[in-house]
Amino acid sequence: MSSPLSRRKLITTGLATAAGVSGLGVAAVLAQRYGLIPPDHGGIFGAGETLTYAGQRLLTSHHSLAREFNRSEISKVAFVNGKPPQNEAYQRHVAGGFADWRLTVDGLVARPSSFSLADLKRFPARSQITHQACEEGWSFIAEWIGVPLSTVLNFVGVSAQAKYVVYYSLDGFWWDSIDMPDAWHPQTFLAYGMNGGELPVDHGAPVRMKVARQLGYKSVKYISHITVTDSMKHIGDGLGSPAPAAGYSWYAGI
Amino acid sequence: MAESAYLPAVAIQNSKVLDSPRHSALVRVTHWIHTLSFIALVLSGIAILLAHPRLYWGETGAVGTPSLIDLPFPFVLELQIRGPGRYLHFLSAWVFVLTGLLYVLSGLFTRHFWKNLVPSRVDLGWKSIRRVVSNHMHLKRPAAEESRSYNVLQRLTYLAVVFLLSPLIIITGLAMSPAVTSVFPVIVTVFGGQQSARTIHFFVAVALVLFLFVHIAMVCLAGFKNRMRAMITGHNAAGKEPS
Repeated sequence: MSSPLSRRKLITTGLATAAGVSGLGVAAVLAQRYGLIPPDHGGIFGAGETLTYAGQRLLTSHHSLAREFNRSEISKVAFVNGKPPQNEAYQRHVAGGFADWRLTVDGLVARPSSFSLADLKRFPARSQITHQACEEGWSFIAEWIGVPLSTVLNFVGVSAQAKYVVYYSLDGFWWDSIDMPDAWHPQTFLAYGMNGGELPVDHGAPVRMKVARQLGYKSVKYISHITVTDSMKHIGDGLGSPAPAAGYSWYAGI
Repeated sequence: MAESAYLPAVAIQNSKVLDSPRHSALVRVTHWIHTLSFIALVLSGIAILLAHPRLYWGETGAVGTPSLIDLPFPFVLELQIRGPGRYLHFLSAWVFVLTGLLYVLSGLFTRHFWKNLVPSRVDLGWKSIRRVVSNHMHLKRPAAEESRSYNVLQRLTYLAVVFLLSPLIIITGLAMSPAVTSVFPVIVTVFGGQQSARTIHFFVAVALVLFLFVHIAMVCLAGFKNRMRAMITGHNAAGKEPS
C-alpha cells in the first residue's frame, strides 16, 4: 500500500526540486539583470541580504518617498554620533568657512567637475523633513536642505552604464555607495543645511549625503568626492563600502 | 463509537485515525525550522537591542530625550555584536516568515486550523475552561486520548501565537524599515511612530519567548520523550501499538 504512495511522493518531490532549482537559476539571471544583487551577496549571510535587497528594491521600484513630517515634529535634540574629522585639512576648512572646500565628481560621467559650496548652492535648493534613524536604535527628525544628488548627476552627465554612486568623506576613512535607484531618488540630497541653518560641523559640514530611505550610516558626513561606477569590484574590498567588513550590510533599507 | 465499528467504512476510518500521524510532516518540518530561526532571531535581537537598551514612545528617541523604559542592561557599543547580529536577524527573519507562510497557507488549505486549533463552542464554555485550568494548576498529566488532541488553553494559545503575535512581530519589524514604510506608511503610523513600533516589537518578542518557555515546560510535564517523538517522527508511543 505504501509503495505507490511513496513513488508518487518521490515523483512530486523530484519535480518540485527540479522546478525549484531551475526557478532559482532563472531568478538569479533576472536578479542580475535588474540589479537585485547587492555587492555583499556572498558569505553565510549573503542569501538573506540578497532577499532583503531584492525584495525591497522590487517593492520601492516606483521611487516611493520616505515619510515626511511637519515642522512641529522636528526633534529638539538631534543626537550627534561620532566626532568630526581630526585631520588638519578639515580643521583648516572649518577655520576658513569651507571657502576652499571642493566636491569633485568623476567616474562614468561626461563632464567630470569640481564644485565649491557656493556652486552647489546655486542649484535649486530643496528641503525635506525626514527621519534619521541609526541602526543602534535611536533616531531624530530634522529638516535637511540641499541639492538633490540627481541634479548634480544630470549636470555632469551620467553614463548609461552607471550602476553605483560612490561617495567619500574627507576624513579619509568613511565612504559608502548607493545604487542608481537611490542615487536618482528625489530625497537623496547633498545636504548643506539643517533645520533652517547651515549644516553644523557635528552633522557633517559642509556637505553630507542624505539617503532618506536607508538607515543613518548611509548618510555619510563631510563628503568631498563622488565617483560614478559600473561595478564595486575594484573599489575597496569590493563589498560596496567598509560596512560589510565590519559586519554591517551594504544595503540599509531596514 | 462502539456501534459504528460494525460499519466497515467507519472501521477503516478509525484505523486510519490511529495510524495517521499526530503531527503532519509539514507541521513537523516547519516546527523545527521555525524553532531554529526563532532562536537565531532572539539571540541576534538581543545583540541589536544591547546597542541601545532604551525604549521610547512616538516617532523619535535618543540619549538626551525622555525614554519610556530604560532596560537594566549596559550600552554595548564597543563589542561588535550588533552588525553580525543584524545580518543574522534579517536572514533568520526570512526563514521565519517563509516557513510561517508555508505553515499558515497549508494549514488553511488542509483545514488544520479548523480541525485541530479552533476551539468548539463547548470547549469555550466556563465549565470546560475551568476544568482545563484546574488540571494545569494541579499539574495533572493529560489522559492518553488527550495526547491526540489539544485542550482549549492550548488551542487559544497556539492561535494567538500564529495569528496575533507572529504577524505583529513581523509588521512592527518592517515598521522600522525606512524603505518599507516609504511604500506602506500605515504600518508605522498605526503604532504611533517608528520608536513605538520598536518598543512593541520588543514586548511581542518577550511574549513569544515566554510562550517558548511555557511551551517547553508543558512538553516536559506532559511527557518529554513522547511529545518529542510525536513532533519528530509524527507518532505518539501509544499510536504505534495498534499497527
